[in-house]
Amino acid sequence: MTDRVATPSPRRPWGLIAASLVAVALAAIPVIHLVVRVASADPAELAAVFDRPRIPLLVGNSVLLAASVTLTAVALGVPSAFLLARARVRWRGAWAVLAALPLAMPSYLAAYGWLAWQPSMKGFWAAWLVLSFVSVPYVTLPVAAAMRIGSTGLDDVARTLGRGPFGSFMLGTWPQIRPAVLAGALLVCLYTLSDFGGVALFRFPVLTTAIQQAYSASFSRDEAAVLAVLLVGLALLVVIGEQVARGRAARRIQAAPAAGRRRMTRLGPWTAPGILLLALVPVVAVVVPVSVLLGRVLTAETLQAFDGANLARAIGNTVLLSAGGAIVAVALALPIGVLAARHRGRLVRGIESAGYLALGLPGIVVGLSLVFFSLSVVPALYQTALVLAFGYGILFMPKAIGSIRAATGQVPTSLEDVSRTLGASRARTWWSVTARLARPGIFAAALLAAVSAMKELPATLMLRPTGTDTLAVELWQRTDISAYGAAAPYAVALLLVAAVPAFLLSDARAGREATREAIA
Amino acid sequence: MSRLEVRDLTVGYEGGPVLHAVDVEVPHGELLAIVGPSGCGKTTLLRTIAGLLRAQSGEIRIGHRMVTTHGIHLAPEKRRIGWVPQDAALFPHLTVAENVAFGMLAGRGSSRAARRAAKSDEVRRLLDLVDLAPLAARAPGQLSGGQAQRVALARALAAGPELVLLDEPFGALDPMLRADLRTAVRELLRAEGVTGILVTHDQAEALSVADRVAVMRRGEVLQLGTPEEVYRTPATPWVAGFVGDAVFLPGVLHGDEVATSIGRLRAVPVADAAGLVPEDGADATVLVRPEELRVVRADAASAADPARARAADALDGDAEGLDGVVTDVEYTGHDAMLALALADGVRLRARVTASEFVPRGTEVRVSVVGPVLAYRPER
Repeated sequence: MTDRVATPSPRRPWGLIAASLVAVALAAIPVIHLVVRVASADPAELAAVFDRPRIPLLVGNSVLLAASVTLTAVALGVPSAFLLARARVRWRGAWAVLAALPLAMPSYLAAYGWLAWQPSMKGFWAAWLVLSFVSVPYVTLPVAAAMRIGSTGLDDVARTLGRGPFGSFMLGTWPQIRPAVLAGALLVCLYTLSDFGGVALFRFPVLTTAIQQAYSASFSRDEAAVLAVLLVGLALLVVIGEQVARGRAARRIQAAPAAGRRRMTRLGPWTAPGILLLALVPVVAVVVPVSVLLGRVLTAETLQAFDGANLARAIGNTVLLSAGGAIVAVALALPIGVLAARHRGRLVRGIESAGYLALGLPGIVVGLSLVFFSLSVVPALYQTALVLAFGYGILFMPKAIGSIRAATGQVPTSLEDVSRTLGASRARTWWSVTARLARPGIFAAALLAAVSAMKELPATLMLRPTGTDTLAVELWQRTDISAYGAAAPYAVALLLVAAVPAFLLSDARAGREATREAIA
Repeated sequence: MSRLEVRDLTVGYEGGPVLHAVDVEVPHGELLAIVGPSGCGKTTLLRTIAGLLRAQSGEIRIGHRMVTTHGIHLAPEKRRIGWVPQDAALFPHLTVAENVAFGMLAGRGSSRAARRAAKSDEVRRLLDLVDLAPLAARAPGQLSGGQAQRVALARALAAGPELVLLDEPFGALDPMLRADLRTAVRELLRAEGVTGILVTHDQAEALSVADRVAVMRRGEVLQLGTPEEVYRTPATPWVAGFVGDAVFLPGVLHGDEVATSIGRLRAVPVADAAGLVPEDGADATVLVRPEELRVVRADAASAADPARARAADALDGDAEGLDGVVTDVEYTGHDAMLALALADGVRLRARVTASEFVPRGTEVRVSVVGPVLAYRPER
C-alpha cells in the first residue's frame, strides 16, 4: 500500500512543456496560415465561392459518406472483435492477422483493384463499400484489445441475475469497450472525411476531390482554400465531439472492474456466420483487389511495358521520403507523448489535446496549406523534399504521440526514482532508463508513421518535388488515364513495401499478446 | 557519521498539505520504522527525504549536509541515499549484476563500462552479501519476489549511501518470506553501518525489525521511540490501539488509582501531545492490554484454595477478580485471544498463553495485572 496521492511532479517540467508547445505550433502554423488567408480574402470573391450550389452538395456528400462508412465499420468491427477476443474460434491467431490486413491497404489501391475487375463501379455505393471494408480494422483492433483487457465478471453477474446473453453484454462488457468503440469510430470517420484516392476513383464528388480539382484548375485557388477550411472545420468538429463523448464515458465509469477472468463464448450454431464475417472483411478489402492486380501484372501487355528502373527509382523515393516523414513525426511527437505520459494538469492536457487535433487534418488540407505557406513564407523550400517530409510529420504526429505516450507510460516511475537516488541526473535517467525501455514503442511509432506516409496520396501529389515520383504518385498517374495494366506493378510494389512494416508491427503485437496469454 | 534530522517539515500536493511540521531524528547506524495507516503521509515523508518530492518548508539534514532548507532542494541524485521501492523496480533491460553495477556507476558510462563493472569484486561482494551470487547473470523477470527485493537492496547499497530508504519493501511478499527478509535487511544494514528508514503499514513488522519506531497519522508524527516505549507507553490512545490490541475503559482518576467498571485499578497518568495529564478527580481513558488481564476458571479459583481465594477477596486491589464468561476464542497455537463478557455487561479481550487456555462458554474470574495507563479523554 502506498499513500501516493498523485503522480509526483516535483516541478513543472518547463523544458518539456516548451518543446511540446513548439511542436504544436509547428504543426498548426500551416493550417492557421490557410485560415488567415481565407479570412483575409476579398469578401466579394468569398461570397461568389459560397454562392455556388456545389458547396452544400459537397458538404452533404462528405457527411453522408463519413456517417454511413462509420456506422458500417462499427457494425462489422464490434462483432469481429468479439469473435477474435471472446469466442471459441479455431485458428484465432490466423484470423487476427487477417483482420488487421486491410490496414496495409490504401483505399485507392482497393478501389483500383475493384475497378480493374468491375469497371462500371462508381458513385456513393461503390465508395461506401470499399471504404467501409478497408476501415473495419480501425474498430476491430482497439475493441478486441479492450475486450482482452476487460473482464466478463459483470456479464456473469448479470446472467445470474436473469439477463439474457445480449443484455448481459450490454450491461457488463459494453461500458468497458465503449471508449475503444468511440476511438475506432473517430478514426474511421476522419479516414473517410479525408480520403481522396478511393472516392476520386469512384467519381463520387466530396470536399477532398473538389479541393484537388479547384487546386489543379489554378485559377480558383481561393475556392480550394475555402473548401479546405470547410473540410478541416468538419473534421475538427468530429475530433472534438469524440473527446467530449469520451470524457463523459470516462466520468461514468469511475473505476473499470479490476482485471478478472474472461469467459470464452461457445458459438454453437453461430459458428458459420461468425467465420463468414471474419472472412468477408479481408476478402472484400484485400483478397479481391490484390488477386485482380496480380492477375493484371502477369499479362503479356504489362510485362512488355514494365520499366524496372523507373519502379526501383519510385521505391527508393518512397522509402526515403517516408523515412524523413517518420523522423519529423517522432521528433514532433516525442515531447508531447512524454509530457502526457508523465505529467498532469490542465496545461498538459491542453497540449496533448492540441497534438491529437492534428488527427482531424486531412492530407489534402495539409498539402494545400503547406503549398500556400511555403510559397508565401519560404519560397526557396517550395516543392522540396523537406516540406513534404514536414507535411508527413504533421499528418502522422498524432499516431506517434499515442505510441510514445503508451510506451513511456509503461516504464514504471519507480525505476526513475531508483535511478535518480542512485546518482543519475534527470537527463541521464531519461536516456539510460526511460528512453531505453520505451525504445521499442518509439521505434513502432516511427514505423507506423513511415507506413502511413508511404500510402499518403493527396499530400504527396501536392508537395512532391517536381520529377520525384513515389509509388503512390506513379500509380495515381496511371489510374488517371485508366492504364490499369501499367499501374499494376506499382500497386503491387506499394502493397509489398507498405506491408513489410505493417507485418513487423502486427507480428510484434501478436508476440506480446501471445506471451501475455501464456503468463495469464 | 550519517544521522538523519528532519525539522518542521511541511509537504503538500495540490489538494493541501500532506505532512504538517514533522520532526524526525535517526541516530547513525540505526533503523527507523515509520508506521501508520494508508494515507497518513509516511510514503510522502520518505519521498521527500529522498528528494523525489519538494518540501514546502522545513529542513532535512543527512549527516552534516543540509539537503533541504528554505527553498533549497538538493536533487535526489546528489543526496547519496539508497532507495528500495515496494516493487523492487529492477531495471528489466539489465541483468542482476548489471542492476547492482548501475548503482556503482550511477548510470554513467557506456554499456560496456556497465558490463565490466558488473564483473567487479564489489558487485560480487554485494551479491554474496544478499546470498544471490549464483543468480548474477539472471534477468530480473526470472527472479522471485524475495530475490528481486534482495537485488534491489544490494543495488541501493552499491553506491555507498549514507542512508537507505525502504518503501514497504516486503509488502508484496508472503508472510514467511517477509519475516526472513526483514531479518536479513536489518543484519545487512547493521553490517554495512548504514542508517535506514523503513516505511510499513504493518505495526508488528515495525516493532520487530526497527531500533526506533515513528507512528504517523494524518500527516503528523504522534510518537517516536523504541519499540518498547511505543508499545508500553503509547503517547495517545490511538497510538496504543494502532501498535497493538487494546481495551479502553472510561474511568475517574483518584490519586494513583482509577475507578472503572471493572473496579479500582492502580494507574499511571500519561501526558498527551500537548503535555496535559488527566487531573485528579476528572474523567480518564484507561488502557488495558489484553495480556495484562489474568483469566482463571471460576471453579478452579475457588475450589483449589478456598481459603486463599477468600483472603484475596478480602484485599482491595488487583487480586480482586470479576466474574465473567468466555464468549469467543481465537486460538493461534502459541497463545489465544479470549473474548469475555463480564457479569455487568462489560466486554473485554484477554490474551492467555496456550497453557492457560479455556474453551468457549467457560465461567472465569478476570483480574488486571500491574498498573494501567490513564489518558485525558479524546474529544
